Amino acid sequence: MDGIHDMGGMHGFGKVDPEKDEPVFHAEWEGRTLALNRAMGYTGIWTIDQTRYGIERLPPDLYLTASYYKKWAIRLEKLIVELGLADADEIKAGHALRPGKTLKRKLNAADVPNTLSRGSFARPAQAPAGFKPGDRVRTKNIHPETHTRLPRYARDRVGTVEAIRGCHVFPDTAALGKGDDPQWLYTVLFDGRELWGQNAESGLKVSIEAFEPYLDPA
Amino acid sequence: MAHDHDHDHHHGSELSEMQLRVRALETVLAEKGYIDPAALDAIIEAYETKVGPHNGARVVAKAWSDPAFKKALVEDASKAVVALGLMNRVGDHLIAIENTPKLHNMIVCTLCSCYPWEVLGLPPVWYKSAPYRSRAVSDPRGILADFDVTLPAGTDIRVWDSTAETRFIVLPMRPAGTEGWSEEKLASLVTRDCMIGTGLPKSPKEVA
Repeated sequence: MDGIHDMGGMHGFGKVDPEKDEPVFHAEWEGRTLALNRAMGYTGIWTIDQTRYGIERLPPDLYLTASYYKKWAIRLEKLIVELGLADADEIKAGHALRPGKTLKRKLNAADVPNTLSRGSFARPAQAPAGFKPGDRVRTKNIHPETHTRLPRYARDRVGTVEAIRGCHVFPDTAALGKGDDPQWLYTVLFDGRELWGQNAESGLKVSIEAFEPYLDPA
Repeated sequence: MAHDHDHDHHHGSELSEMQLRVRALETVLAEKGYIDPAALDAIIEAYETKVGPHNGARVVAKAWSDPAFKKALVEDASKAVVALGLMNRVGDHLIAIENTPKLHNMIVCTLCSCYPWEVLGLPPVWYKSAPYRSRAVSDPRGILADFDVTLPAGTDIRVWDSTAETRFIVLPMRPAGTEGWSEEKLASLVTRDCMIGTGLPKSPKEVA
């Protein structure tokens, strides 16, 4: 979706302001929010792309003003209700008013160390890769209303395939809960001028990780 | 900040509102039987104490001292980092990208906040912020200026937008004047930001 989350190349947000000796969490609830999201993710109720799409669908003014973990907390409330795991009246009450559903699994403290590394998103290929390193490609001019990982600044632009990264879960499909739909993934490299015009920073190169459905031969 | 479990009396602040809101959510999910609060404690403890940029710094220091490891790292970072034994396993798709005198690499996620958690821990607030995500791909030299970093003339910039499940860690150049240093001492030069590409390693003088 062409949402506020797709920020590459936008102006007006000002300088980056790094915090010296930043703590891991700025408040106790931030850590609880992260952990709640991880623990609920472990139950297998959603894909990582469903959670990203959950954030992208927040109202744009809220997206820009809420802190990172506040967005996560609101997203969690939203997904829990959407997936039928709790009802809005229960979240409002702060207590379960009806029994829970049976989920695939539940995270115990003893298993936490095994969940700190990421799973694999590689999947068996359904067809041979359509491109190889060195191929010139043009990204598609697409504007789906649902989740996509092709950023606006890199649509309808010509670049070069630099590497094949394997065949991966396709976010555009997985975000809708419609399965893995594996697609080939490539690193595609663009010249700064192709993205930003003749005044682009001299020597700049930018790459995106692009799924095959985003690409046409150039 | 308010880490105290027993005080929710900051009426009207976002902090107290969020503290109550998240606690309510946790209660509902625990009562439904979906989550175990003890598991949440363990997750928080891991990210506060175990997973962090010290892991990435060990990887970089090893690459600086051991050419065979560096080769393996650049070929398949997930595999090489596991072999190092810092952690049980590393998720697939970790990619190490090497800085050279002619090329400086920087990583960003313009669409959300993708970041190599396993080797760098949780991302800092600025990495997830609109200023960084908007400008990194179009004005990386300006971003470096925000970090008080100036690259030598003749060094081009390559920005990696993390738009899929591949994750990147920058392998910075080993500072001059560190010949014969132990891996441990070398690791003390490696900052989180130099593995994102918004900084350079510390100079040997800073840690001497």
